[in-house]
Amino acid sequence: MDFQVVVLAGGTSEKLSPLVSKDVPKALLPVANRPLLSYALDLLEASDLKDLIVVVEGQEAAQLVGAWVSSAYLDRLRVEVVAVSEDLGSAGALRAISKRLTANDILVISGDLVTDVLPGAVAATHRRNGAAVTALLCSVPVSGPSDSASSSGKDKAKKPNRLNIVVLDKTKHFLLHIVSGTDVEKDVRVHKRKIQAVGQMEIRSDLMDAHLYAFKRTILQDILEQKEAYRSIRLEVLPHLVRSQLRSDPSGNGTTVEETGNNAVLSSGNLQCLAQHRVIAPSAFNQDVLSRSRGGHRCCAYIATKSKYCHRLNSIQSYCDINRDVIGEASHLSGYSFSAQNNIIHPSSVLGSKTTIGPHCILAEGSQLGDKCSVKRSVIGRHCRIGSSVKIVNSVVMNHVVIEDGCHIQGSVVCNNVQLQERAVLKDCQIGAGYIVTTGSEHKAESLARK
Amino acid sequence: MSQKKSRSRGGGGGAAASGDDHEDLARPPPLQAVLLADSFTLKFRPITLERPKVLLPLVHMPMIEYTLTWLESAGVDEAFVFCCAHSHQVKEYLDKAGWAGKAGAGSMAVTAVESHDAISAGDALRVIYDRGVIRGDFVLISGDTISNMSLKDALQEHMDRKKKDPFAVMTMIIKHSKPSILTHQTRLGNDEITMAIDPETKELLYYEDRADNSHLYVTIDKDILTNNPTLQLHNDMEDCYIDICSPEVLSLFTDNFDYQHLRRHFVKGLLVDDIMGYKIYTHELRSGYAARIDNFRSYDTVSKDVIQRWTYPMVPDVVSNRDCSESRLRRQGIYVASDVTLSHSAQIGANSVVGSATSIGDNCKVLNSVIGVGCKIGKNVFINGSYIWDHVIIEDGCKVSNSLICDGVHLRAGAIVEPGSVLSFKVEVGKNVTVPAHSKVSLLPQPSNEDSDEELEYADTNSGVTDSPPFSSMRSSGDQAIVPSEEDESGTSETGTCGVVGYIWTSADTGILEEWRQSIAPIPKEKLEELERAVSDEDGSEDESNNLILQDKDDSSDSVVEDDDHISKFEKEVEETFQRAMGGGVNRDNLILEINGLRLAYSLQHADCAGAVFYSIMKSALVAAQSTNNTLLKTTGEALVKWKDLLRNYTKTVDEEMEILLKFEEMCQETTKEFSPLFAKILPFLYDTEVVTEDAILRWAEEKENADESDKVFVKQSEDFIQWLKEAEEEDDEDEE
Repeated sequence: MDFQVVVLAGGTSEKLSPLVSKDVPKALLPVANRPLLSYALDLLEASDLKDLIVVVEGQEAAQLVGAWVSSAYLDRLRVEVVAVSEDLGSAGALRAISKRLTANDILVISGDLVTDVLPGAVAATHRRNGAAVTALLCSVPVSGPSDSASSSGKDKAKKPNRLNIVVLDKTKHFLLHIVSGTDVEKDVRVHKRKIQAVGQMEIRSDLMDAHLYAFKRTILQDILEQKEAYRSIRLEVLPHLVRSQLRSDPSGNGTTVEETGNNAVLSSGNLQCLAQHRVIAPSAFNQDVLSRSRGGHRCCAYIATKSKYCHRLNSIQSYCDINRDVIGEASHLSGYSFSAQNNIIHPSSVLGSKTTIGPHCILAEGSQLGDKCSVKRSVIGRHCRIGSSVKIVNSVVMNHVVIEDGCHIQGSVVCNNVQLQERAVLKDCQIGAGYIVTTGSEHKAESLARK
Repeated sequence: MSQKKSRSRGGGGGAAASGDDHEDLARPPPLQAVLLADSFTLKFRPITLERPKVLLPLVHMPMIEYTLTWLESAGVDEAFVFCCAHSHQVKEYLDKAGWAGKAGAGSMAVTAVESHDAISAGDALRVIYDRGVIRGDFVLISGDTISNMSLKDALQEHMDRKKKDPFAVMTMIIKHSKPSILTHQTRLGNDEITMAIDPETKELLYYEDRADNSHLYVTIDKDILTNNPTLQLHNDMEDCYIDICSPEVLSLFTDNFDYQHLRRHFVKGLLVDDIMGYKIYTHELRSGYAARIDNFRSYDTVSKDVIQRWTYPMVPDVVSNRDCSESRLRRQGIYVASDVTLSHSAQIGANSVVGSATSIGDNCKVLNSVIGVGCKIGKNVFINGSYIWDHVIIEDGCKVSNSLICDGVHLRAGAIVEPGSVLSFKVEVGKNVTVPAHSKVSLLPQPSNEDSDEELEYADTNSGVTDSPPFSSMRSSGDQAIVPSEEDESGTSETGTCGVVGYIWTSADTGILEEWRQSIAPIPKEKLEELERAVSDEDGSEDESNNLILQDKDDSSDSVVEDDDHISKFEKEVEETFQRAMGGGVNRDNLILEINGLRLAYSLQHADCAGAVFYSIMKSALVAAQSTNNTLLKTTGEALVKWKDLLRNYTKTVDEEMEILLKFEEMCQETTKEFSPLFAKILPFLYDTEVVTEDAILRWAEEKENADESDKVFVKQSEDFIQWLKEAEEEDDEDEE
């Protein structure tokens, strides 16, 4: 396939601090003990999309990512890691590497996407429809797939404040209108002429943009060039394309085609028929309006079915959710094979007596647990040393973490090289790399990091 | 039989119904139907002054006959016919046709419910409620609906839904039909409908039936969207006006006594005000036919459908005609009764029906038309796309196209009926008289104020002018409405005999400009072209206010285009106004008023007006003139003399005069090139009639001096004149000294 893939891997996102740092850029953040970026790259490899440009914000982060990619994907993918300056936005990052794009179609994927929707399917849809842009849309996690126990109350409270509104045509292939993040308080307005043109449209508020797009290169480059102010693909480039698809092209030849078409109708004496509306076929839209909509400028959508997993890792909450899902419900994403107890305990790890590891857990190589520990629905990284009577529930513990006796960790993220001294209690906390939690301290819903 | 059974079983225990061993037993009480034999609109005036709409023949059979036949075939056990206007005629018909009093097993019992003060469907349903005759779910339909659909699925759906959700009170039947992008109406002449439907449950969430293009947007309430993550917005559906209702609907009408119109008040009320959480669902008709005759265009369309057998089994040769021998289907959809006297040289074209005892003379041509019973058609008559009812006499050499001609009309030799006309009962048209397009003629005068016995337009179903009070517009036109019986504008005086016996009605509320939308005549070509232009003009003026993005650069260019458009629209309107004035009638002062009104509406300058008026005058001269330059010059002169007062109204300053000159130049270059050779000759004329002063001409010449060569063509043409002006001016100066 003549596709070039651009992976927008981000840099060291503010939103995810203290989890990400200079040493661990977002792309390398471990999700179920694998770097985040590997999910996207494996997916691309599975779709046989092997020409990649990984765009990383910041020189240092790019070096780290480059080193990891070249070791992990040597001989598997042709990856070029490019560093761009920070705070360009997604469209800005694309603009910065625009010169490197040569293939006919460009697949843009966000590096923080964890999904099992094959990019190849999106690419194929894009090709089949001859679209200018195809966007992957997935269901909005209404109340989170599996957090029924943990945070259902919370979700209900935060659910109705923003809506993404997607308007599709009858066949659900074409995007007619897209508004992301409108206020729920606002009524939805749809231009009448659009309805008149298509006859029937579907308004969905349960879909969201998954940040996976296939673009026609020429169109993408034109837009990036013309609209220098555009910073975001989702908020600016895509809506612009969708908006302009029904508009006549002021300079192009689209209008002349239309006129001759009309003249043909007029001259062939079909006016009487037209007057009685007898010639207007129900499918007129697909053949007429869209196919002649100015030189193949069509915006399509690929809608992932509800059963597909599709989430972006762009907040701490989503980090916890995705970790839990990857070892839980969506375990096929992790690429590991789970044991009969639905967990993975690396053979090199050492467990003390009466220590239980529940289902939906991962215990990576070289970690040791003392006696009477209990681990539920959690991820424990490499070479951790965990004392006795430690409880870890719904949490992520990264590599080389030292947890002394009697600690309780719940709903928290503990980064590399953290030391938890005896009887520390953490609930819904994030502990930055190398931090030391002192003896007997209790923290709740805090974010701790080394100064 | 089945009823008896269920009653005897019912005594045993109501709960036993769920254990249905026989399907009939599980069925609730007999299926009832409410048929509104009154449409509560004025669309079929003037015919409906004399006969109720439901009794008007549609391909030889009264409309109500189709509706009743369908109801019976759909398994309705009991029908209530609500009649209001001309109720005695409806009842008489029901008796005569054998509907009333028919109460055998397997047939439908028909009961007439009469009321004289109902003025809307809402009133009718309240009357029905008061009678207390409706016991279960019922089919609500109006007597002008033609259908052959099977009600079974829709009924079943309705029942099932009601079991689950007692608030589902109504199931609306809808049908796919894509309205024209140009005219925004369906092939039935109805305005397009916008509705939102939940694709899963088929619940109706939004309904808008006005083709009001002033609202560019469909606005969907936020609550609807938060409650229904997916909804389908339809513009390609047609409302069949067949509803399956629960008894709650009647009590809702009674509770909300201000509900009049079924759709506009009831449906809107339930959807918007969310009364008690009642819901309306839809059922899409995928096979079968259903259409309501709402206006003359749908009368035409449905008639054609009947002839083309879409409504089978309700087609001319299957449904027996009571008073005549049966007609037989020939090739190409021609139905001719067996006792028709047809001249050998007469031609009957495709899709035509000729009723019995009708005679058609030599060299006649009948195309796409329906001719009733007992008509006498002379020689050399041409009938195209028209509906001629019973006992009509058409003498030799008449020409009737796309019109509706009622019983007993007499067209004398050589009369011409132009498209879109409606001749009501017993109207006579004199020799060689032309009935102009879209005219409505009746023996009865146009009512000038409310007469409560007749059908009232309470909430006019679909016309675009719903906001105006129903009768004021008619009253205002009433001044000129009553035309004495011997008058017609189109030169009837030569014939000596009277022109038309009857009153020519002025078009009521819709106005002459809207007449094309709902008449039998096909939409005129010019209109379509105009609409086409309007559509392509509108292209690209997409609004983006709903987006979070700042305005794009290319939008500014859009607005420029819009501006141009704006002026050209204004010019077009001025031209139309002007042409109306030319056609006679409009007073000059009124014309000035109207143009001023337009100017304000488009917020333009005086100068633009001057240009537009000048343009219209020249255009009119061009239309009147033949091809040669001399006549053109002459007519232009005449037109200018005639309208110079009007023009002077707008040429108060030199700027406006300049505008006229520039406009003239532009016309010569672009739109009406015919004037270009005459520019130099017309210019002095403009000066002579004092439309433009010498100052303006000189300034114009000055301004053009620096322009391109191509722009200077006309300055050069009139060089002599300008030279003369300059000299004259100098002389003047000298004189003053």
